[in-house]
Amino acid sequence: MRTIEIRHVTKCFNTKRVLNDVNLTVEKGSTLVVIGRSGCGKSVLLKHMMGILQPDAGSVLIDGRDLWQLAPKDLNELRMHMNMVFQGGALFDSLTVGENVGFELIEHYGMTGVQLFERVEEALSLVGLSGIGNLMPSELSGGMRKRVALARAICIKPEIILYDEPTTGIDPITADAINELIRSLHDKLNVTSIVVTHDMKSAYKVADRIAMLFNGKIIAEGTAREIQNTTHPVVHQFINGLAKGPITEATDSFI
Amino acid sequence: MLIRKIEDSLGQRARVFLGFLGGITTLAFQTICLTMTPPYKRRRIFEQSKKAGVDSFLIVSLIAFFIGVIFSFQIAYLMRQLSAEMYIASIVALSIVRELGPVITALIVAGRVGASITAELGSMQVTEQIDALTTLATNPIKYLVVPRFVSLSLMLPLLTVFADMVGILGGWLICVFKLGIPSKMYMTIAFDSLQFKDLFTGLVKAMFFGMIIAFVSCYEGFNVEGGAEGVGKATTQSVVISFILIIACDCFFTALFYFIFP
Repeated sequence: MRTIEIRHVTKCFNTKRVLNDVNLTVEKGSTLVVIGRSGCGKSVLLKHMMGILQPDAGSVLIDGRDLWQLAPKDLNELRMHMNMVFQGGALFDSLTVGENVGFELIEHYGMTGVQLFERVEEALSLVGLSGIGNLMPSELSGGMRKRVALARAICIKPEIILYDEPTTGIDPITADAINELIRSLHDKLNVTSIVVTHDMKSAYKVADRIAMLFNGKIIAEGTAREIQNTTHPVVHQFINGLAKGPITEATDSFI
Repeated sequence: MLIRKIEDSLGQRARVFLGFLGGITTLAFQTICLTMTPPYKRRRIFEQSKKAGVDSFLIVSLIAFFIGVIFSFQIAYLMRQLSAEMYIASIVALSIVRELGPVITALIVAGRVGASITAELGSMQVTEQIDALTTLATNPIKYLVVPRFVSLSLMLPLLTVFADMVGILGGWLICVFKLGIPSKMYMTIAFDSLQFKDLFTGLVKAMFFGMIIAFVSCYEGFNVEGGAEGVGKATTQSVVISFILIIACDCFFTALFYFIFP
């Protein structure tokens, strides 16, 4: 199991500073939920943890190893123990569901035949979609695509899973099933998870700790209970979904 | 005020141009390095070769045939005035093998295959599929660019050979059935006028055109921004830039070969 540390990470896109000296630590085997408004930089933070985006300043450490100090080969080696579930699924259109789910097993382990089929089916059955390996992603509904993406992420049994809005845009029953799955991966396999969401029901259900990102900074961090009982006006407005409060009054003056 | 605006605009354009130049050079360097690095995924190269080569064969042949026909008519118009119809065959053969075959093939492939590569990679970019490849410990350049680069570099010369043959056939049709030149004489004159260096220079050019199409279309696809509209813009840009670079590269190689093989 692995620890993730974000140290003084800053990221700008053109003149907009999306992350501003962000510090965050995720303990081995725990689940951290990052909440915040749409477009506040949650997904950008997640992409830094995966080594897709390079910070302008600061560092991202996995088990004490700075991602951007690693050779490309070592970085890919590390990525074999991590995975990410993208907001829209990001399934490869030209491959079948089975090939998508077993992508890493095929590409990196050269797995084929019955062994591959069993591993793919195992992952698909965990998300409640067994038997759809021969379908193409274009034949799936939005919710199914998301669950297939989740199956792809868990197929190689990673030690770290990053979830980008795993329950957004799917029905409440499926959303709850995904929450249960995230929780069971944590409980059974001790997977370290980071979940980015603005679905507070999901956040309370899966989180060991919750952190809130606002104006490029982590403004609050604590257990689900601590966040629920917070007196911080910004966090209070967000978790209670209030139209009026400091978030809606604030301007983008931090740029 | 106006001068300042012009300066800003020129500066912006220069930055964009230098950014493009730097980006495409980096992509070309990484692609060539990764092409030589195992593992070699032959299945993906075959798939791309089918898309770039086999599926383009018909349209390349058709257009090369028409070019041969048109070119023969135009040359015949001039040669009749000089009473030198017998030279039509050699002019058609030389022009097609040295110049028209590779360039026409490259322009067709840039429009057909290059545009489709940009649109495909662009869609993958906006739907985060390229990021997903990275998270799955797979280098997107190795997975997506290398097979396209290899297949286009190999398929362009092959398609050019077919275009050359069909183009000469188009000329034969006009010379034999319209101008009354005997078939055997046309073939003899056409092939006698050709030397190995003519075919060689044409195929070398075709290979470089293939590389240009691969790099430009992949680079534009990887750098799509702004959803469906961005994909459309990138696709147009990819075709336009490929066309310009193919003609510029052709100009360079024609001058180079003129001095190397005088």
